[in-house]
Amino acid sequence: MNVAFSATGSDLNSDLDQRFGRAKQFILVDSETNAATILENTQNMNAAQGAGIQAAQNVINAGADAVVTGNCGPKAFEVLQAAGVKIYHSRESSVGEALKAILNGDLQEADSANVESHWS
Amino acid sequence: MPETQKEHSCAPFTLAIASGKGGTGKTTLATALAEAAGMAVTLRDCDVEEPNAHLFVQPQWSRHSEQNRPVPLIDTQLCSACGKCAELCQFNAIAVAGGRAMVFAELCHSCQGCRRICPEGAISDKNMPMGSLDCGVQLKNPAAPINFISGKLAIGQVMAPPLIRAVKNVGAGEALNILDCPPGTSCPMITAVRGSDFVILVTEPTPFGLNDLELAVETVRQLELPFGVVINRSDTGNSEVRNYCRDNAINIALEIPWERSIAEAYSRGDSLCNASPVLKEKLHTMLQHIMQREESA
Repeated sequence: MNVAFSATGSDLNSDLDQRFGRAKQFILVDSETNAATILENTQNMNAAQGAGIQAAQNVINAGADAVVTGNCGPKAFEVLQAAGVKIYHSRESSVGEALKAILNGDLQEADSANVESHWS
Repeated sequence: MPETQKEHSCAPFTLAIASGKGGTGKTTLATALAEAAGMAVTLRDCDVEEPNAHLFVQPQWSRHSEQNRPVPLIDTQLCSACGKCAELCQFNAIAVAGGRAMVFAELCHSCQGCRRICPEGAISDKNMPMGSLDCGVQLKNPAAPINFISGKLAIGQVMAPPLIRAVKNVGAGEALNILDCPPGTSCPMITAVRGSDFVILVTEPTPFGLNDLELAVETVRQLELPFGVVINRSDTGNSEVRNYCRDNAINIALEIPWERSIAEAYSRGDSLCNASPVLKEKLHTMLQHIMQREESA
């Protein structure tokens, strides 16, 4: 399973970025091999609008099966859900902690967005 | 917007009144210039998020029309989920997920690029209500009527540019078009000033005024539009705006000092020209200079 974590830095000690669409970047972890790759999100961080939609598109294109993030809005949620990507909200402080939590089955799959749309 | 449509609507001279900062006096200046022109003009209130020029022009309204804008409608039978539309969209209004294209119409700027790039011809236009246009005329001076056009974004709508384009394109326009532009330097302002023959940036001599003037100057320079500055309430604040203009070779076309009579007239919805006949003369002269200079350029 490929899990995309929203992260403020590039390694597992980085904070789990509470923002999804405007996360600093994503760390994509293959849960079988533990191999981690970075998915830049600079463009969406500075996007005028639709950051969540585009971030969702990017993690889908990168082959993520699941997303672990702090908050996910309705549009990003809709896009991720359409692609069958599971969404987990986590309050864990670091990406490493969040990885442990999802592997231990401590995180529950979200069935809806947990924050409101920024737009309308 | 197809180029031909724009050219068709372009009157011989289009003067845009813009600013970075809000509340510097764009509408006051735009409406006063329309009055001071001494010729038939078309005044277009492009500040569709909060139009207010009509309060000062007080036109006789003649026409009201609801306006729609095109947003993509995906034919799911034809869509191959290739993702070209989502890739093209600069506004993140389309995503392709789970083998289908998803449209977030409220983010769409109605550029119709997706429709053009779709290799399957799966995208057509769907009309989305965006607001309304009102047209009228003010005949205080019958020899120099002010044709007036105002756009108003519908409540809940956030996408101003398509309606601004409608305000700019409706009717042929008189020999002189004056555009009262939205504040700021983002899409609405750029949509409004784009294609004009000259831009007046109204500012005030304060740190806020200067900060936003610099942004506006960068914007119109990027758009390669000729421009000048009008300093409103020019005898207040400090001299930084003047220094900035001097250092950057920017023409200060006019300074309007602070006057209680102007503020009082404004509060009644009366015009700058009525409050200060001297200023009306100066506005007329400024307009003549701008038009002559640009037309001979």
